Amino acid sequence: MTVKLTASVLAIAAVSASAAFARDNVQVAGSSTVLPYASIVAEAFGENFDFPTPVVESGGSSAGLKRFCEGVGENTIDVANASRKIKDKEIKACAEAGVTDIIEVRIGYDGIVFASQIDGPAYTAFQPVDIFNALAAKVVVDGALVENTNKQWADFNADLPAADIAAFIPGTKHGTREVFEEKVMVAGCKAAGAFDLYMAANGGDKKAAGKACYEVRTDGVSVDIDGDYTETLARVDANPNGIGVFGLAFYENNTDKLKVATMGGVAPSTESIATGEYPVSRPLFFYVKKAHIGVIPGLQEYADFFISDEIAGGDGPLAEYGLVSDPELEATQAAVAAGTTMAEGM
Amino acid sequence: MTDASIHSPASGGKSSLLALDARTKRRNAAEARFRMYGISAVAAGVFFLVVLLGAILSNGVGAFQQTFLTVEVYLDPAKLDKKGQRDIADIKKVSTFGYTPLVQQGLFDQIEANGIETPLAKRKDMKALISASAAAQVRDFVIANPDRIGDKVEFRVLTSSRVDGYLKGRVTRESVARDKNIKPVHLDLVDSFTDLGIIKKEFNWSFITGADASESRAEQAGMGVSILGSFFMTLVVLALALPIGVAASIYLEEFAPQNRFTDLIEVNISNLAAVPSIVFGILGLAVFIQFAHLPQSAPLVGGLVLTLMTLPTIIISTRASLKSVPPSIRDAALGIGASKMQAVFHHVLPLAMPGILTGTIIGLAQALGETAPLLLIGMVGYIATNYPEGIASGFMDPNSAMPAQIYEWAKRADPAYYERAWGGIIILLVFLLTMNIIAIILRRRFERRW
Repeated sequence: MTVKLTASVLAIAAVSASAAFARDNVQVAGSSTVLPYASIVAEAFGENFDFPTPVVESGGSSAGLKRFCEGVGENTIDVANASRKIKDKEIKACAEAGVTDIIEVRIGYDGIVFASQIDGPAYTAFQPVDIFNALAAKVVVDGALVENTNKQWADFNADLPAADIAAFIPGTKHGTREVFEEKVMVAGCKAAGAFDLYMAANGGDKKAAGKACYEVRTDGVSVDIDGDYTETLARVDANPNGIGVFGLAFYENNTDKLKVATMGGVAPSTESIATGEYPVSRPLFFYVKKAHIGVIPGLQEYADFFISDEIAGGDGPLAEYGLVSDPELEATQAAVAAGTTMAEGM
Repeated sequence: MTDASIHSPASGGKSSLLALDARTKRRNAAEARFRMYGISAVAAGVFFLVVLLGAILSNGVGAFQQTFLTVEVYLDPAKLDKKGQRDIADIKKVSTFGYTPLVQQGLFDQIEANGIETPLAKRKDMKALISASAAAQVRDFVIANPDRIGDKVEFRVLTSSRVDGYLKGRVTRESVARDKNIKPVHLDLVDSFTDLGIIKKEFNWSFITGADASESRAEQAGMGVSILGSFFMTLVVLALALPIGVAASIYLEEFAPQNRFTDLIEVNISNLAAVPSIVFGILGLAVFIQFAHLPQSAPLVGGLVLTLMTLPTIIISTRASLKSVPPSIRDAALGIGASKMQAVFHHVLPLAMPGILTGTIIGLAQALGETAPLLLIGMVGYIATNYPEGIASGFMDPNSAMPAQIYEWAKRADPAYYERAWGGIIILLVFLLTMNIIAIILRRRFERRW
């Protein structure tokens, strides 16, 4: 009897779902870097408004944007979080599925730090060129590109400790990897002189030269981490010489286990990133489907609330957690309030 | 004569039953060795179990205790209801950010009232001690009781996760040396408050009943909503997998003709039981969400996916228990004139029931602990935040499940979440253990041997 009852309840639920299911909560998916910030906002949103708490899924920027571009309708997500700007390819895919009006919202900046075990060797002074010499597939020796055989940090920079190189860098599916490539590897590549050599080898093709700079050595010295920062932390914890790439907020929550390295002589902090002194940072975004505003209750309010001064401002909970607040927050607020789409903003 | 030749085929001469010859010694030694291997294998198993349980308990028990703080908050009318009309719409306009200073002030006043000496001279310094959830708690109270505005009300609020960690020994003075959220001076103040009984560690019911919390409030997070998510998914699995599985196995076992086609089905059911669960997750994403347009993250979809995963387990165990009913029962029923269906439903099925139920419960327990397929249908993230409102909402509204919640917590940055992940494992294990014990009791009580 009870089995029959539950079965019929289920059937009714399933039918009503496909027929006239009205969603009353905002659904968000995307970057795992933005997830902590989005969850803090969603929680405060649920507390302060009469709307239910939005649902925030993780899975990576690319996966989130892919789902965002599946189309318009209640069974698609309303907001995609991204730790990088949406690509033209993705905008095109969106348009093909009918998602034409997208509102881009920049919430602030995130710093990327290099950190080692708290008792590990003192990697206190890095330059991008050091990271490049340690991890690139090819390095410059006597003006020519050769396979990277550096075993210890001291091999190429006497100021660094004579410890084995072991780096744990984000895997290619992470948005963090792109920042690492652009802000560290390419900068190091140029400083080491490898960029010019690649330029010459590729007939002056800047793009190809840049790509060549991204190449990371594959002899096991540099390990791609496809999981989250917790996995990187576990690897660094197990390897006294290991150095890992983390988000600033993650590092600040684990200062008892990690020792942070300076880059170009500047220690990472929300202040040094805001002023631009610390070079490795990137903007964080979320993208809103304009067609869902007015259909999904609370979506406009959520977007406004996310970038309001009390949330995303310098003293708000996001900054406290590790977000570097955006100096142009006011312009973003105005754009979101007016519903300016990416096409109109250009 | 024959005896002697058996005992000593080679030596042929003197042999005694009391004195062991070399060959018997070797055989006995081999047996002793085998026993030792067996015992060491069991010992290794027990050792790992003890290590595992020890690790789970020692890491997770902390999550069942939480540090609370008693604070008297002055509900300042000038801040909370500027117009003084006690209009609920006006009161609601004050967000939690307006309440935070009031709670901090309440705690700050305690320093002077108790004559504690501390270099912390600003109200804002109290921020490191109080959970961000406190402001929401006070706001909810004010909205429910607007007439109390202007009073001093005592609240029992959560401390921040760092303070909680300090009382549990996870956070030490050395470890906070470079922490920007809390300083050793704060810990001195915590010591004073603990001596006064203002800060107290208590049993943490909200860990079992509460909802998930954001990254910055590990102290508030609980398993409650995801337990409900798991409950609704298990209901779906039970309601679908049990009837479908039992019907399929009765047909295959009792009615279906033996031919190539049924053989093929049989082989494929066994194959299906061995398919990795992540495959069912992808299938669920493609079929239930993208094709059938069922909502993302819904326990209904999770339940459907887990049904697919559990079905083969139930079919195989049901068929085994149907097979174990002796043919004489069927023959006797048929012999006194029962139809085939009557024989099955009146005689065979009741006798096979304990076995079927045991198989089903084991299958459900397996489904309850499954994470991989849930990753793909959107049940991992900051999901389990709203309690379902009624049955339909329980099936359709986004929710997580216990193992998915544990996975999510293990990923988060604040070390307090790590402790909660272990605590979640304890809750999950209690559920699994209960189900297994029920299965054992059912088997013991109703099983019949022939």
